Formats: sequence, C-alpha cells, structure tokens
Amino acid sequence: MSLLEIETLEVRHGALTAVRGVSLSVDEGSVLALVGANGAGKTTLLRAVAGAHRPQSGRVRFDGADVTGLPAHRRVKLGIALVPEGRRLFPGLTVEENLQAAAGKGRSGPWTVAAVLEAFPILQPLVRRRASSLSGGEQQATAIGRALMANPRLLLLDEVSLGLAPQAVDAMYRSLDALMASGNSTVILVEQDLRRAMAVSGRIACMLEGRLILEGASNALSRDEITNAYFGLRRAPEVAS
Amino acid sequence: MIWVNAVMAGILLGGLYALFACGLSLMYGVMGIINLAHGDLAVLGAYLVFVISSSLGVSPFLALPVAVVLMGGLGYLMQRALLERSLRAGPLVPLLTTFGLAIVIQNGLLQLFTSDSRSLDAGALTVASLHVNDQLTIPLLGVVIFLVALGLLGGLQLFLNRTAIGRAMRATAQDPDTAELIGINAKHMYGLATAIAVGTVTIAGTFFGMRSSFAPLSGPSQLIFAFEAVVIGGIGSLWGTLVGGIVLGVAQTIGAQINPQSSILCGNLVFLAVLIIRNGRVFVSRAVSS
Repeated sequence: MSLLEIETLEVRHGALTAVRGVSLSVDEGSVLALVGANGAGKTTLLRAVAGAHRPQSGRVRFDGADVTGLPAHRRVKLGIALVPEGRRLFPGLTVEENLQAAAGKGRSGPWTVAAVLEAFPILQPLVRRRASSLSGGEQQATAIGRALMANPRLLLLDEVSLGLAPQAVDAMYRSLDALMASGNSTVILVEQDLRRAMAVSGRIACMLEGRLILEGASNALSRDEITNAYFGLRRAPEVAS
Repeated sequence: MIWVNAVMAGILLGGLYALFACGLSLMYGVMGIINLAHGDLAVLGAYLVFVISSSLGVSPFLALPVAVVLMGGLGYLMQRALLERSLRAGPLVPLLTTFGLAIVIQNGLLQLFTSDSRSLDAGALTVASLHVNDQLTIPLLGVVIFLVALGLLGGLQLFLNRTAIGRAMRATAQDPDTAELIGINAKHMYGLATAIAVGTVTIAGTFFGMRSSFAPLSGPSQLIFAFEAVVIGGIGSLWGTLVGGIVLGVAQTIGAQINPQSSILCGNLVFLAVLIIRNGRVFVSRAVSS
C-alpha cells in the first residue's frame, strides 16, 4: 500500500506558486527519485510533505491519515524526516549535540547516536567538533544521521550530494545504499545527477515549473525521456491526478 | 579604604544587575526579541511577592518561589498568546508589543497600588553586614544577591549545555525552522525561554525591592541598567551579563563616592566609553553560548 499520498497539492511562496496541483503516491519500502531543473518545485514539495510549508490547497496523507494541518514537529513523531537542502546543521552545536537534539523526538527504533556513528564512521573522531567546522561531506553525514535519529518511516533527502567532492558523494551513497536496500525505509530523494538518481531509485518523478510531468519505474524510462521532460522539450503526457 | 568599600559595593550591585540582565539576554539570544517590558515585569514580580507575603504574613523569601512559578507561567502565556503573533509580523513588531506591554503593566500597577513606593522587608538581613575590619563592611543582603546571581547564571548555563531541553532551546535559537524539522516544538521552546526570563527577572525585582523602594514606574530605569549590562558584557552571553553588571555597578558606586549625584551618570559614561572603544560594534551571539 502507499505510505504517502499527495493529492493535488498547491504551495505558494507569496505571489509565486512553487508547486501546482501535484499528485503523487509512494509505496512503503520504495525509493522515489525526484528530478527537475532548479526552481521546478522539488524542494518546496519535499518541505510541504515534511510540514515546513503549508499548502494553499490539496492534501498530504501519511499512512492513511491526513497530516495536511500538522506542524513539522508533529510529523517527525509520525515518522517523516527531512534532510534539508544545504544541510542546515545547528552551527554552534557539536556533531554529538546535533544528533542528540533529534533524539527522542520521532519514533522509537534502532537509530541512536551510537548507531549513526557506526553507519557513518567518518563522524566518529568528530563528535565533539562544532558542526560549523566540518567539511561538506562530514556535515552531510551529520545531517543524514540527525534525520535518522527520528527512526523515520519516510526519509526525504534534498540534494544530499550538492557541493560535495565526488569521493564524498560516493561514500555517502554507499552508506545510503545499505539503508535503502534494506527495504524498511521509504525514501524520496532529490538528486541532480540523473545517472545516480536512476541507479538508486525504483521510480522516478520529474517536475517542471511546479508540475509533475513524468512519472514511472526507473528501469522503464530512458535517459532521453527523462532529459526531455527535465527541460520541457517534448512534454510527456500529463500524469493522471 | 573608602574606595575598596565602593568597589566591593559595586561588585555586589553588579550581581543584581546581572539578575536583571540575564533574562533580557536570554530572550534576545533565543528569539531575537528585545523585551522593553523587562523592567516592568521585574516590578510586577516585586508587587506579586509583596501581595503574597503581606496577605499570608510570610517572609518575602518564602513568597519568592511561588511568585517565580506564577510569573514564569505568565511569561509562557505572554509568549504564546502575544509575542508569538507579533514575531510573525517581523522583528520590529515585538519591540512595539513589549513597549505597549510596559505601559499596560505600569498603569495597571498604578491603578491597583497607587503611586506610593513600597519595599519588601527582608527582616534582619536588611541591615546585617560582615565586618571585615573597622573600615570595610560588606552588606549581607548584597552577598546573598550576588551568590544567587552566580548560582542562577551557572544553573542556566548548565541547563542550556547539559539538558535535552537546553539543547533543544539552543538548536531553536540557531535555526527554528530546522528545529521543527527534527521534531522540536519551536513555539514551545520560545514559551519556555520567556518563562525562564520572566522567572529570573522576578527574582531580580524582588531583591531590588529588598534593597530599596519600588513604585509602579520603577521599571524603565532598571531596564536601562539591564540593557547596559547586556551590551557591556556582550549580547546573548550569560556570564557576559555578570561582567557587564559588575562593570556598571562598580562605575556607579565609584561615581557615587566622587559625588553622590554622579552615580548614574558615571555608569552611563562607562557604558558609552565601552561603546566607543568597541567602535560601535556590540558583541552579538544569538547562539546563547557561554
């Protein structure tokens, strides 16, 4: 069954409509890659699912329950965790404190500070360091670990490879692969690297100017189909909403 | 020896100013709100202690914990019902809101208690002092106030650094949106920070009422001292408020030693001197760190 159902969601930032009537459902245990150009509305869509933006209209259902009106911290309790774009660590807190700050806020489960340090060994020597003094890759690992502390049923990853060195991206995806392959976690990730997005995901959805214009199984779509949708060259038939 | 006396009195006075200032600093550090009603909340707290102790016939020291809890609750409500709404409208609106709140408190107290000044009876402690030698005596009440200030600042620092709620409060201070995304109820944290600030300023107001007299309009002058202590010590730093309070207190008592009328002027001059030395820059740490 689908864990997340988005129904004709519309989100505005002031006068700008960032997400226009998007409908999407994500099955439990699946990995969905969300692709699209800058400004297509991917980040806004993820943030609306996490509760950081209130939609103008439409519904967000999680595990059958309507969560559209719930504030972000209540959604964390239900098991929705977002790794925000730009990592957004608490700069004055240490790595350990960044992780601890998220402890006990979400569901109970296997993720603890110790478990996160085991999954991301590069963080082990850094626990007492302030987050602001870390490299990009270290910060990203901390940000993912912080989201995992909620033991999420749905993990939202927003451009986790942005600004990282290629080796750091590889190391991070190795850690994430183990997580996603376990099939226990449902993941939506926004990823600019199309090859990577197609490799790690079961389904791909492409956004253009706030609309969802292409959605399908990653292995059924060709690179060209996605690229065309990405740039809005040849519009694929609109996904039924 | 009179100068040693003056410096000693100034250091102890600095403890009182730190008590006034730490809540102001906390609210700015966590929410970016400059609370112009801070001095008036201190006076309101002193009146509450006065009412509790005179109606039950108990010492103000016994009435104080009750008043701190009640005022803390009032602070939480004030944040959730009033300041939270004004924060949504931008950084300037909370300033206006607290300014209005200050006027409401002043006039409310005038209505209820007239403009007569009152003081809180600290019993034998009011006049008790430690005789170091023939020329140097230290007022015991001042020592008590200073020790309470030390304990409170230390306790607050431990609370912020070591407890889960303190950590959540620091996280919220640094990035309230992201705090929400990891499951922290940012509005609740704001409410708690205001509760702590109003609770601590109730202690400050009560000690102020024991040292001297207070009236419904005493708040604004205490607010200025608290401001000066915060700015001298560095905004958002808890121990900084103690340093700032002591610098201000010593400046005032030395000023009073030179000429009794120049006490407050001397404090203000030192404050201006600090601003000039720093070339107008104020140390700001929104992060509530030590």
